Amino acid sequence: MFGYEFMREAFIASTFIAITAGLVGVFVVSRNMSFLSHTLSEIGFAGASFGILIGISPLVGMILFTLISSIAVGSLSTESSRREASISAISSLFIGLGILFLSLSSESSSYATNILFGSIVGISAKEVHQLMILAIFVILIFIIFYKPLSFDSFDHIGAQAAGLKTRLLSITFLVTLALSVSIGAQIVGSLLVFVLLTLPAATAKYIVHSVPKMIIVSVGLSLIGVWLGLYLAFITNWPVTFFISTFEVIAYFLGLSYKNWRLNH
Amino acid sequence: MIKVENLSKRFGNQLVFENLNFQINDGDFISLVGPNGSGKTTLVKIIIGLEKSSSGTIKTSGQTIGYVPQFRNIDSDYPLSIEQFIRLNLKITLNPEKRRQNNDLINTILQRTGLTEIKDRPLGLVSGGEKQKAYLAQALLNDPKTLILDESTASLDVEVKNQLMDLVQELNHKYQLTVIFITHDYDLTKKYTKRALLFKNKTIEPIDVQKVSKDMFEMEG
Ligand SMILES: Nc1ncnc2c1ncn2[C@@H]1O[C@H](COP(=O)(O)OP(=O)(O)O)[C@@H](O)[C@H]1O
Ligand SMILES: [Mg+2]
Repeated sequence: MFGYEFMREAFIASTFIAITAGLVGVFVVSRNMSFLSHTLSEIGFAGASFGILIGISPLVGMILFTLISSIAVGSLSTESSRREASISAISSLFIGLGILFLSLSSESSSYATNILFGSIVGISAKEVHQLMILAIFVILIFIIFYKPLSFDSFDHIGAQAAGLKTRLLSITFLVTLALSVSIGAQIVGSLLVFVLLTLPAATAKYIVHSVPKMIIVSVGLSLIGVWLGLYLAFITNWPVTFFISTFEVIAYFLGLSYKNWRLNH
Repeated sequence: MIKVENLSKRFGNQLVFENLNFQINDGDFISLVGPNGSGKTTLVKIIIGLEKSSSGTIKTSGQTIGYVPQFRNIDSDYPLSIEQFIRLNLKITLNPEKRRQNNDLINTILQRTGLTEIKDRPLGLVSGGEKQKAYLAQALLNDPKTLILDESTASLDVEVKNQLMDLVQELNHKYQLTVIFITHDYDLTKKYTKRALLFKNKTIEPIDVQKVSKDMFEMEG
């Protein structure tokens, strides 16, 4: 399958996306932000459609929208219940906007399908480079902030008590989350980007008990899912996204069963 | 040493307390008592710098303060083991010598808090008393000279309360750790602490620990 240029590009791009999403996912899950990452991907859809409408790249439109909204969320109240309600109101608005932008633009509807469901095999070498740079940027931020971000994500109250600048950490995290959503949407599509951002990490949470191990398991599951998805899509001509989400869901339920089995033994 | 002078705190136009004056000396084991909502948590947050005072001053001799907060959100799904939870409070280092020191430190703290045997268990699945010990251990990592426990014994069984307090008393005796213990429990106050400060009528007054009684913990009026 690597005989084809487009498959090589797809393979490289998806590898970077899987590493980023698997890594960021551990923090999404520990910060209880699965819901927000889902909403961000819907906002990303509106951003991509907006990009198409005004003639800039969908990736740039997506980054713009997700960055602005994640920073807005970060500066809103920290009271989580109120946050969830206002977030879902905002997300409905953005889905509507995304559909409006697309219908106003002259592009064919296949563009919409690409944004929503992913278009990994249609990716160009230039786009691969953009994704790689963004992914490396996100990974670097996590290396730099690894220790305080772990403390704040796995024990927010303890981190505050120990005097960490939790507000700054929260904004930093939201920025990287926005970037990860935008990168991830390029492969699995904006509707399923949260699969890669939440399921591998949620599975990891059930089977290992340290932050580094969770990162390893989460990135591993994310990589296997994406590689397997690409391969199976190549031989069957079915959508990549289908295989990825099926794999991650199966892994998740196996992880959950393992945890329950451990509890009873 | 912690010296508080004329300290007042308001949230908007709600007065929490005013004109607090007291001093806590090195090696003290002091309890802070008073009804719910009287401002105990607010006072310690001001002492450690998490909250601003409205007026007044706090002088400390610059020592590290370990704080075990009143509420923690650790549910039964919480993934980290006890040891990994405690390690969250370690500073990162790539230096092998420092890493070894860190490992020794962790082992010492686990030993002192009696958690060595169960260090690999997920924190979400251990008992309330074991959780409190883990919170205590995490706060001890920075080698604090003062430890503030905010209702750490609430919701524990009597036996477990005493176990935890025995441990804290040992830290106070052996390592001269200054302890500020916020509590609703007058038995524990009498049994373990040397002095008590009572929140009353929006200010604070010293009381004899042996005279602490149940009605002091109930809402006024
Ligand atoms: N961040 C806050 N904003 C507004 N009011 C607060 C805040 N924190 C505490 N309070 C109020 O201050 C009073 C003292 O609270 P607290 O210090 O938690 O009491 P205690 O710890 O003694 O039960 C209560 O009336 C509480 O509602
Ligand atoms: Mg309190």
